[in-house]
Amino acid sequence: MSNPVIEARGVSKRFGGVAALEDVSVRVFPGEVLAIVGENGAGKSTLMKLLAGIHSPDAGELLLDGQAVRFTGVPDALAAGIVLIHQELNLAENLSIAANLFLGRESGLLLNRRRENQDTQRLLQRVGLAVAAQRIVGSLAPGQKQLVEIARALSRQARVILFDEPTSSLTQRETDRLYEVIDDLRRQGVAVLYISHRLAEVHRLADRVCVLRDGKNAGELARHEISHDAMVRRMVGRDLKQLHPRKHPPSQNAAVRLQVQELSRAGCPHRVSFSLRAGEIVGLAGLVGAGRTELAETLFGIRPMTGGEVWLDGRRLTPRSPRQAMQAGLALVPEDRRLHGLILPFSIRDNLALPNYDRLHWLGFLRWGAVGRLVAELMNRLQVRAASPLQPVGQLSGGNQQKVVLGKWLAREPSVLLLDEPTRGVDVGARSEIYALMDELAAAGTAILMISSDMEEVLGMSDRVLVMHEGRLAGQLDRSALSEEAIMRLATGGSNDGSTAGRAADGVTALRSDYQR
Amino acid sequence: MLLTVLLLYGLIISDERAQTLSYHSILLGRLGFYGILTLGAGVLILAGGIDLSIGSVVGLSAVLFGVLMSKGVAPAAAMLSVILLGTLIGLMHGLLVTGLRLQPFLVTLCGLFIYRGIARYISERQQGIPDEALWLKELLIGGEGEGARNQVLILLVLAVLIGLILHFTKWGRYLFALGANEEAARYAGVPTARYKIFSYILCSTLAALGGVLLLLEAGSVNPTTGGSLLELYAITGAVLGGCSLRGGEGSVPGMILGAAVLPLIRSASSFRNIDSNVEYAVIGGALLLGTIGDELLKRRIKG
Repeated sequence: MSNPVIEARGVSKRFGGVAALEDVSVRVFPGEVLAIVGENGAGKSTLMKLLAGIHSPDAGELLLDGQAVRFTGVPDALAAGIVLIHQELNLAENLSIAANLFLGRESGLLLNRRRENQDTQRLLQRVGLAVAAQRIVGSLAPGQKQLVEIARALSRQARVILFDEPTSSLTQRETDRLYEVIDDLRRQGVAVLYISHRLAEVHRLADRVCVLRDGKNAGELARHEISHDAMVRRMVGRDLKQLHPRKHPPSQNAAVRLQVQELSRAGCPHRVSFSLRAGEIVGLAGLVGAGRTELAETLFGIRPMTGGEVWLDGRRLTPRSPRQAMQAGLALVPEDRRLHGLILPFSIRDNLALPNYDRLHWLGFLRWGAVGRLVAELMNRLQVRAASPLQPVGQLSGGNQQKVVLGKWLAREPSVLLLDEPTRGVDVGARSEIYALMDELAAAGTAILMISSDMEEVLGMSDRVLVMHEGRLAGQLDRSALSEEAIMRLATGGSNDGSTAGRAADGVTALRSDYQR
Repeated sequence: MLLTVLLLYGLIISDERAQTLSYHSILLGRLGFYGILTLGAGVLILAGGIDLSIGSVVGLSAVLFGVLMSKGVAPAAAMLSVILLGTLIGLMHGLLVTGLRLQPFLVTLCGLFIYRGIARYISERQQGIPDEALWLKELLIGGEGEGARNQVLILLVLAVLIGLILHFTKWGRYLFALGANEEAARYAGVPTARYKIFSYILCSTLAALGGVLLLLEAGSVNPTTGGSLLELYAITGAVLGGCSLRGGEGSVPGMILGAAVLPLIRSASSFRNIDSNVEYAVIGGALLLGTIGDELLKRRIKG
């Protein structure tokens, strides 16, 4: 076999204190499709960015045609023929296809449009896109834009093309078209690196699979070894330490607090049904983009609900605004706390009081005494570490910020608490405090839905786990059937009846028949 | 800010021509007039909005006020209908910004042209006030020899009212939250659209009141130029008074001090025999200096 076009040898990369990649090696040969798979945060995207010159490795080296190279930026990688096609496409929507292909590389002082158009047309033919080179990119469908990106990569004499989740916004037909183009690239001797959460896709395309786990190599599969089970087995299997013992396991016959039936939302064809009982912490697992945040935001009235029914404590709720959802007894700790959870320039006091003002006023006038008491009580209960209640929350650490986001809902004593990545960017100490608080709230009868991409958290805190895959609920796992492998199988679109799922299968229940009213 | 205002005032009062009662009542009248507009602009800015049509709303309401009275409508009724029109204009701005999600800058820029055009259309002549309206003038502006000082009393009442709402009620907290981070406010259950619309209504209503005062004080208003550029004065006053254009910051005392700066600069430059043509440059320079100082101060505090 020939030499690898590009190779990463023992590369490591840290961001702040967190190791994103540790001693990872990977090599790609010409005319080969190498798929990189792994869980959320396994280091796939970081590896791509190292190869594309966006980041440079802290340790280890990159080799191009067997020669050590150092990319100081994207232009270096481009010059070497390595092109990254981002998840979100990087095209100038207002320009024509031809202008996009030649953007930044226009030759001479005046544009030679005729030549650019001719060259573009030839490239578009190569990727099988039958539109005029003069078409404005903004008027193309997502799949067509993807092909334009590939044409642009080809126009740069790309020898290595890196795809980061290329099919996440494509239709089935567009995806099929992309497969054909990638097959073509392979025949033409281009090396392709392919990141995907969809293991079926990997199975269809890859000549070889490289599995990453926690930023490290976790095995390689040759063409004939590639199977859904083999991949999942290598993606999971960390030692999981007990995070926070659930001191108060839920009662089996507690009342149903939230009942969601056939819920649908704009932009998603699937309907979702599930229910939460008082005192339960239910994990909502799935890969990034599976629609978990969207589900929570629909329940909280942020996104419009287009069908189905929601019952909260036996009362019908049609959430139209966060205010309405909040008054009905829902609370949401959003995924992006700096954007949605907090008003950063506001003080701790003002953030904590904001959703509670309806109980802290007399004829509209604020009762400062009551505000002060509430804030002092919440800060004490949550152990918020700050100089004073008047300190702007923007100055607090991530953990303390998250406590404030949680704290502002506590006084309302919500029936159902929706937590979206409750401990993202939170240090270990604050993390266990947040877990203790969740346990305490559940014990007091709150039903908690916890969206989390952190497998340890899902396994450690959940009484039950719902798994989403591409907008639908792929399955549900009881505590007895809970394992990382079972979750990943459902999250990657696998079925419940795989050979290694024997242990899990008993606890997996069909969701429709569950909790019939 | 207080320092600047006192300094400017000292500069003026050191001239003996300024040490008269009538000068002071004129100055207070100016402060009252600008202050009312600045309050509206200030609340809107701290709630995260902007209104470029203030001057045109002032012009339109002044002209309409005059036209209605010349058609025989009782002055009080004419005044109330004009102010109601301001409320409706604000409501429309608010609905366009929240319902259709148009950019406030554009909506009110269009308003700037539209209301000016209507003002010119409904009256080509300068508008004056009939004798029946003199009692209204005495009440709102001031009687013979009293200058225009009553306007400052109107400002005082409005300032106390708005100050109470802004700084002592939950509604005020919602307005600040809306301006500082609209999304986070919405996620915390604040009915953001309602408060946004309210802030536009307040701004345009106060501008319409300004139009009424303008006609009463000046005695006549030119449909083409009456009230023009006042939006910039109001925004300048609000920004000098500590309202950040990023939203979420500002206070009523600040707005009033900010509103005082412009009339004082004008007054000072005329007493110091500075060419009145250079006045705009002085105003612009003061605003720029204020902005730079504010930014530097903030950076130092943030460290």
